[in-house]
Amino acid sequence: MSTEIAPSTVNPAKASAQQAIKENLREYGLVLALIAIMVFFQFMTGGILFLPVNLTNVVLQNSYIIVMALGMLLVIVAGHIDLSVGSVAGFVGAVAAVLMVDYGINPLLAGILCIAVGAIIGGAQGYFIAYMKIPSFIVTLAGMLVFKGLLLALLGGRSVGPFPTEFQLLSAGFIPDVFGPITLVAPALNASRNPIPNTGVVLHATTMVIAVLIVAAMLYFALKSRRARESHGYEAEPFALFIVKNLVMSGIVLFLMYKFASYKGLPNVLIVMGLLIALFVFLTKRMTFGRRIFAMGGNVKAAALSGINTERLTFFVFVIMGMLAALAGLIYAARLNQATPKAGAGMELDVIAAVFVGGASAMGGVGEVAGAVIGAFIMGVMNNGMGIMGINIDWQQVIKGMVLLGAVAFDLYNKKKS
Amino acid sequence: MAETILEMRGITKTFPGVKALSNVNLDVRKGEIHAIVGENGAGKSTLMKVLSGVYPFGTYTGDIHYEGHECRFTGIHDSEKRAIVIIHQELALVPLLSITENIFLGNEQARFGVIDWNRAKRRAAELLRKVGLREDPDTLITDIGTGKQQLVEIAKALSKDVKLLILDEPTASLSEKDSQHLLDLLLEFKRQGMTAILISHKLNEVKRVADRVTVIRDGQTIETMDKADVTEDRIITSMVGRTMEDRYPTREPKIGETIFEVRNWTVHHPVHPERQVIKGINLHLKKGEIVGLAGLMGAGRTEFAMSVFGRSYGVNVSGEILLHGKPADTSTVSKAVASGLAYATEDRKVYGLNLIDHIKHNVTVANLPGVSKSGVIDDMAELRVANDYRKKTNIRSSSIYQITGNLSGGNQQKVVLSKWLFANPQVLILDEPTRGIDVGAKYEIYTIINKLADEGRGILVISSEMPELLGICDRIYVLNEGRIVGEFGRHEASQEKIMRAIVRGEEKAAS
Repeated sequence: MSTEIAPSTVNPAKASAQQAIKENLREYGLVLALIAIMVFFQFMTGGILFLPVNLTNVVLQNSYIIVMALGMLLVIVAGHIDLSVGSVAGFVGAVAAVLMVDYGINPLLAGILCIAVGAIIGGAQGYFIAYMKIPSFIVTLAGMLVFKGLLLALLGGRSVGPFPTEFQLLSAGFIPDVFGPITLVAPALNASRNPIPNTGVVLHATTMVIAVLIVAAMLYFALKSRRARESHGYEAEPFALFIVKNLVMSGIVLFLMYKFASYKGLPNVLIVMGLLIALFVFLTKRMTFGRRIFAMGGNVKAAALSGINTERLTFFVFVIMGMLAALAGLIYAARLNQATPKAGAGMELDVIAAVFVGGASAMGGVGEVAGAVIGAFIMGVMNNGMGIMGINIDWQQVIKGMVLLGAVAFDLYNKKKS
Repeated sequence: MAETILEMRGITKTFPGVKALSNVNLDVRKGEIHAIVGENGAGKSTLMKVLSGVYPFGTYTGDIHYEGHECRFTGIHDSEKRAIVIIHQELALVPLLSITENIFLGNEQARFGVIDWNRAKRRAAELLRKVGLREDPDTLITDIGTGKQQLVEIAKALSKDVKLLILDEPTASLSEKDSQHLLDLLLEFKRQGMTAILISHKLNEVKRVADRVTVIRDGQTIETMDKADVTEDRIITSMVGRTMEDRYPTREPKIGETIFEVRNWTVHHPVHPERQVIKGINLHLKKGEIVGLAGLMGAGRTEFAMSVFGRSYGVNVSGEILLHGKPADTSTVSKAVASGLAYATEDRKVYGLNLIDHIKHNVTVANLPGVSKSGVIDDMAELRVANDYRKKTNIRSSSIYQITGNLSGGNQQKVVLSKWLFANPQVLILDEPTRGIDVGAKYEIYTIINKLADEGRGILVISSEMPELLGICDRIYVLNEGRIVGEFGRHEASQEKIMRAIVRGEEKAAS
């Protein structure tokens, strides 16, 4: 197959602009899909979807899925799968409940112990996969059964709760407003001179400060990397496109942050998620560890012959997955404010679906953190929107299944075409 | 003159953006062995796919006449109905099924869907006798070697009462002995009246069995010659469109002190640990020297190289490796790379490249620390490195962001070389560096190899093409059955001497 580019007769500047737009469209296709879905449900729910309280809810409902999707992305890019994450999350949540509620251990210490438990679980599964060469599907299928069973055994059929207040803050808390609220429009008062909810606009000032900082950082890094490319004599995308792209992204960030600010501010769990997402983007894009995972997923034999210790790498991918599953288990338990025997059931499927909707390849070697996160939000917004619309849970499943299949089919079709 | 059995006229086949065949004509006479030769990508396989209906009627222009009738095959079933059978380069056998099951796959000896196993086995045994394969028909395909698998393919073709047999590079992965057997078989079938089309790269084989030879270049038929007119030079001239006097770049070797030494290297088979694959090899490389490792398929060349390179092959490896006179630890690939060793594999697609990723990532993967600081990759440094090597090794691509799976064989090989060059090895082992690469790109690869040696590295080249070793090496070791059976300097080496060393080594092994 020859892929040499024929000399173009089009004005080169214009051609490169077109090319850049095309590339960006492919890259931002998922973002556009998410926006389209959100707008669709905004109409279908009569404007409820974008209400600050609901947007906050969407984040809280999907936080644990997204946390696990980050690890699952590494697992899938490495050419594996992890079916055990739901059970592990449920089990670790139960461990947390037993430690904090039954034994009264300090929430921070218990949390650290739980993450360590997750790492050990991931390491145990990773050992069988990496060193004993047992297919990950089988190892984690076994893990799924084992930890589902251990969860039941540990709880003995009861639900354990409630958690200490400090621990609940992980999922139910919001960052404190150190700068004090900003009142844009004073809320209407009722007869007893108390403010009526959902009237007026009172902003969470700290959230808005953080929003401005994030946008500033985004623009700074975008400009810096553009400068670096130019100073090394490499072609950068057309300046106009660069401006438009960054303005749009900044606008979206500011809009969402404004929505959070006009409710209770940023949820704590969103901060945790945001930091993790940033860490994983950095890990996959800029760190040798991440690059090696992609090399291994693309061709494990070639990677091994290039000096990559593929066994150790696989092992650590599963350790990371285990830790994230544990963290997700904590978030979920904190959100429910109790550990239940049914916690985590079926969660692994939502996580895997998010990663595949986000454009990862089931063959390994292809995938993006941003894609997995957006994939999780696409599924999450659909859950939320259909729930508000009152669509029955049965049909919700059908529609989600179709969306998963459709998204992957569309992605493959696009790749074939290009 | 024998009658014409097959005539293909004005065959043109285009793929999106590429004209693979342009007005190709081919006529094959009844009962002859007709060889088709040409460089990689010349269009030989495409032509055969048109003939066998893999590319159905309507996707090409031109006509095919077979046994006097015009043929419009819409699939491989149509051509098989007319007793035309093609055996592809990649064998189409199911590894975990038995020989019998494979022979009758899709053509089961069944009545109303119920397989008559007795009949099937009887017929399979009969066919195996015909092709000279002494194996139980119940043996699984995975348990027999490539040479025997090839014979099973032929038996399968015979079971379809083949009249025109098409063989696409049948001996590409066979040992000399298996190849000879296959060619003898072909001649035997010819005596029985079968017609065959043989696609081959190996000109000596073509000369041995073919009655006529058609040369294809750039999707066009160049000429068809009779047996009497066939000479290697003439075929090469037609194939490449120029005389190949300068197939190898010239070079003044600047050879220094010994930098790499292997002592008493012994390796056992990974599945059958009692079997010695490499039996006490001693060899050395000097600075600036290009040393060849000759030998037949299965002599243990790749096994030797991979066992040296991080124990990537074999078990119970023993022996000593010295780099610059000091013992070196090459027990894992990363240690081998760190101590200055590199191995570019014979199978680029399986062992060499991440085919779904682009050039940049493939070039830096063996030396990521070279473009990163405490585990963080410096984008700009990586970009610079990839662009440098793309220029240095003359990789033809739209940019460093081209996916390596879309590159031609020659350019893929340059990416593999770039990867190892960036790891900056002192000793470079190149396993079949020009396999599957066309003549023009080969010259470029040789030039790169020469430059690497001149920069003071030691280079070990493994190749099955003896002229190539004679053309580029300063010294040649001959390996047979896991032993070094000969060593020749640049001026004393010749194909005859190497072959004699191998044969003598074989006698020794037999006695």
